[in-house]
Amino acid sequence: MSRKWVISAATAAAALFIGLGAVQAADAKKLVVGFSQIGSESGWRAAETKTAKTEAEKRGIDLKISDAQQKQENQIKAVRSFVAQGVDAIFIAPVVATGWDSVLKEAKEAKIPVMLLDRQIETKDQSLYMTAVTSDTVHEGRVAGEWLAKKTGGKCAVVELQGTVGSSPAINRKKGFDEVVAKNPGMKIIRTQSGDFTRAKGKEVMESFIKAENGGKDICAVYAHNDDMAVGAIQAIKEAGLKPGKDILVVSIDGVPDIFKAMSEGEANATVELTPNMAGPAFDALIAYKKDGKMPPKWIQTESKLFTPDTAKEEYERRKDAY
Amino acid sequence: MTLSAPGPSRNLPQYGALIAVLLANWLLFPDFFAIRLQDGRLFGSLIDVLNRGAPVALLAIGMTMVIATRGVDLSVGAVMAISGAVAATMTGAGWGLPAVLAASLAAGLLCGLWNGLLVAVLRIQPIIATLILMVAGRGIAQLVTEGQIVTFTSPALAFIGGGSFLTVPMPVVITIALLAVTALLVRATALGLMIEAVGVNRLSSAGAGVNTPVVLVAVYVWCGLCAAVAGLIVTADIRGADANNAGLWLELDAILAVVVGGTSLLGGRFGLVLSVVGALIIQAMNTGILLSGFKPEFNLIVKAGVLLVVLLLQSPTLTLFLPRPKGARPMGTVKPPVAPTSGGAKP
Amino acid sequence: MTASTAPPSSAPLLAIRGLSKAFLGVQALDGVDFTLRHGEIHALLGENGAGKSTLIKTLTGVYQRDGGTVALEGREIAPRGVEEAQRLHIGTVYQEVNLLPNLSVAENLFLGRQPMRWGLVDRGAMRRRARAILMPYGLSIDVTAPLGRFSVATQQIIAIARAVDMSAKVLILDEPTASLDAQEVAVLFKVMRTLRSRGIGIVFVTHFLDQVYEVCDRITVLRNGRLVGERRTAELPRLDLVAMMLGRELEAAAHRIDLGPAELDSRPPLASFKAFGKSRSVEPFDLDIRPGEVVALAGLLGSGRTETVRLVFGMDRADQGEATVDGRKVRLKGPRDAVRLGFGFCPEDRKKEGIVGELSVRENIILALQARQGWLKPIPRRRQEEIADRFIRLLDIRTPDAERPIQLLSGGNQQKALLARWLATEPRLLILDEPTRGIDVGAHAEIIRLIERLCADGMALLVVSSELEEIVAYSRRVVVLRDRRHVAELRGGEVSVERIVAAIASESKSGEVRQ
Repeated sequence: MSRKWVISAATAAAALFIGLGAVQAADAKKLVVGFSQIGSESGWRAAETKTAKTEAEKRGIDLKISDAQQKQENQIKAVRSFVAQGVDAIFIAPVVATGWDSVLKEAKEAKIPVMLLDRQIETKDQSLYMTAVTSDTVHEGRVAGEWLAKKTGGKCAVVELQGTVGSSPAINRKKGFDEVVAKNPGMKIIRTQSGDFTRAKGKEVMESFIKAENGGKDICAVYAHNDDMAVGAIQAIKEAGLKPGKDILVVSIDGVPDIFKAMSEGEANATVELTPNMAGPAFDALIAYKKDGKMPPKWIQTESKLFTPDTAKEEYERRKDAY
Repeated sequence: MTLSAPGPSRNLPQYGALIAVLLANWLLFPDFFAIRLQDGRLFGSLIDVLNRGAPVALLAIGMTMVIATRGVDLSVGAVMAISGAVAATMTGAGWGLPAVLAASLAAGLLCGLWNGLLVAVLRIQPIIATLILMVAGRGIAQLVTEGQIVTFTSPALAFIGGGSFLTVPMPVVITIALLAVTALLVRATALGLMIEAVGVNRLSSAGAGVNTPVVLVAVYVWCGLCAAVAGLIVTADIRGADANNAGLWLELDAILAVVVGGTSLLGGRFGLVLSVVGALIIQAMNTGILLSGFKPEFNLIVKAGVLLVVLLLQSPTLTLFLPRPKGARPMGTVKPPVAPTSGGAKP
Repeated sequence: MTASTAPPSSAPLLAIRGLSKAFLGVQALDGVDFTLRHGEIHALLGENGAGKSTLIKTLTGVYQRDGGTVALEGREIAPRGVEEAQRLHIGTVYQEVNLLPNLSVAENLFLGRQPMRWGLVDRGAMRRRARAILMPYGLSIDVTAPLGRFSVATQQIIAIARAVDMSAKVLILDEPTASLDAQEVAVLFKVMRTLRSRGIGIVFVTHFLDQVYEVCDRITVLRNGRLVGERRTAELPRLDLVAMMLGRELEAAAHRIDLGPAELDSRPPLASFKAFGKSRSVEPFDLDIRPGEVVALAGLLGSGRTETVRLVFGMDRADQGEATVDGRKVRLKGPRDAVRLGFGFCPEDRKKEGIVGELSVRENIILALQARQGWLKPIPRRRQEEIADRFIRLLDIRTPDAERPIQLLSGGNQQKALLARWLATEPRLLILDEPTRGIDVGAHAEIIRLIERLCADGMALLVVSSELEEIVAYSRRVVVLRDRRHVAELRGGEVSVERIVAAIASESKSGEVRQ
């Protein structure tokens, strides 16, 4: 623990050093980007921040990150301060969809391009931002469903662990999966409940699903709206004396390191990656725009890539430090 | 609830509600009471109720005594996250189980001490004093885990959540043990009397020579310890510390369990076992909802409806209109409203 | 002291005739007359339960009167609340200022009648007028600051200014000086005299006799809800005033018990207090208490009796002087210190500071003993029951059983249970504050007998009581208090109702300075 802290302190000191260097080298036409991040409420969010840093470093971009601690007012303050500093571009991972018009107008008047990461906003004036880099959450559900349909030959009794009731990823990931189920008459969602996107709730809900469905014998697969719930479900399946990944197939979304570990141990079958690399494509679009004024498309959709146990081991090694 | 009427009639609403909820679960799901052995461990829905109810039951044990002093501890959920974060992070760093347990329990005790000092010495209102740690505690836990879900593989720590003792799941064993220790601590000493006296009238108790600050600090410290144990169980259960979600909103379930168990938020008489029964009522409902196959959108509404019925059964106003078993409390002994002047909870 | 400068007028400013008010069968006011003239300060005096506050609340419409008339300048009025009374030119200022401490001074002055402009509060006008209103009172303060930031005295003057500005002709001041120091009192009196010269009639409720003689023109005394009489201050000697208030025949019965063993005085004191005191509560006093004696504290309400015993027991912390027990210096930082020294204390406010209402009679009785033993050494349940049963028998506590919550007992039985709580600890010094208040006659006699028996057993007793006959009956020594100061000590043969009353009534010696 303490060693980790020492390392992170050293990293922070180094970052500070580099930051100072960046200020001195400001003439060298280094791009400066301000990033208003929501916070660090989940492992994925932390990975997004971390990836943004490494992607910026790769391209020699000076990235200033402001943590809004889940508050829009903090994000608005951060954007204003970025405008005042005269950065080359502003990235926002918006905590809510509405209420951005006035501050984005200020950025537009200052001729600073704004790019949205990970989430969209609602606005009448689409010119307020240059592009949005997000994944297609409906598509993620679809990819997961298609994999399962293919794997089971279109015949499967599925239990579903939903995300937090009413949250947009939960709604969309359910929608995409349901589309596939509707196309396959042999597929059926026999139980669906909310596991609140957490391991503990995912495990608790899965425990009761197993009991309610003949000790789990009637369940062909579990579809979890995120990997954390899947990890909880895997434990519940094991404790019921069944083999996750064989007796009950496990498919989920996100692609966090722990699910790759589970896959490499044969306990999970597939995950659809929600890439934490939202900043990379945005940086590329920004560099292209600065170089020859090429406008990026309004929506840069990240890839919803499916991973299976074949590559799990390498993927786990590759990711475990990114998160 | 009543004070003067001894005998079983006093506890009827709690036990009755628990049995009613269990029976309702059985009607929804006929195999509800089926229990079998799975890998040397009891397995079944009823066991799930006990096992999943353990964290809230543990919180309720500590919370009962805090509430008996006319206080409340909103920080228990955050303390769970801290203790879990400490346990998982230390285990990941290669520490052995004894050191890990000692450190996480110490973290809980320290949190309780902080709350207790704010309430007893600085005389901050409990709801505000513990709100500080409720907010800050999750941040502390995140600092410890560096914002990630810290997982571990140590079977020793995992045993606390997933192991069993004589086929009984460890969380249940630990809860029973802590309940017994707590009951012994308050009922075999004079601590219970002093907690109740301080809760009913802090001024009078101080005037009689009761060391009120020490009593107050003690209950918050014990509450912190109970929360730390609950945090360990949750962390061990999922083999990871989730600083964002561990124990989230469980302080409210714990308060609810205490109230359902019949301890008044105005302090005074308390019942530890009844609070645990309250926790089991809540969990039996949760498990029942999961088994029932209702849409998740209904979860909270169903839960609220059942709780309303349980609390109405305890309402002194309503019980007057219900037929009462023989020997039950007569009308005249309804607890009078506590005069505002007798307050010990003022800052 | 100035004589009334009231202009002659046909109708008095305020005339109350035959005012009656009963609560649940208890006659709180019984045909009381009260007359207030233009430009006079009129003291309304009486001991606890005399009916002063009922009179004020009935006058201002907080309570509805059962009978009688109230006339303001010859016109009959019947306000139905403080606000209506204010509109009828009767303003009231309480000891606890009933304004809003979070709001600014100006906002408080214009609460409910803010100057408006275009439908909005005109803050500028409000500030200017607030300054103008406070000017005559010698207050030049920041009117935009929150009221709570100022001293109680300043707040009171602001409350008075508000009432007067709302065109009060009658100003009722209910114990305004209770928490003020001498300088603040002087400022307040100056304001009162100024208002008097403007023809306003002031009703002044207080417990401080010196203040009555300093500022009041007339005195009306109530006792047990009845009018005792109205006198001009200049014509009423203090002794007569105290007699009116206490209702004692001054030729009281001769002191009837003997002095007790003379050698008592030669015994070393059990507890001794030197220059013990607390500012704003009670002035430094010396007090010795010897084993086996009963020391009584006598004085009017608010004279510092209760404050003295609270300091002795550590309920309040003394900020000066020292206490010694058995010749050794001790600290009294709280009741726990006192309990450890073998003190016990039955407070005046039983409900708030004495009983633990929801707990049983048994638990209440053993609480102090258990607290002294510490939580680690619980008293076994059977022993608890023995102790409880013994005292229930000994003190004849009327309860069906020891397990009954004490709050369901009558006041007298609660008081006896509290006595039992301390007797169970076998105290060396027992402090009783108004032990017989609110207790029926039978229990009253029992408690007095008990006090006599206790001191025969060698326990020292320190008793506060308003019942002078009672004090005379059992006390060896009486300390008399007035205006928060110990003013006299009577011992042995000197103890008599007459001497006590005389000591209470005696004027402050010249040269004595209030704190």
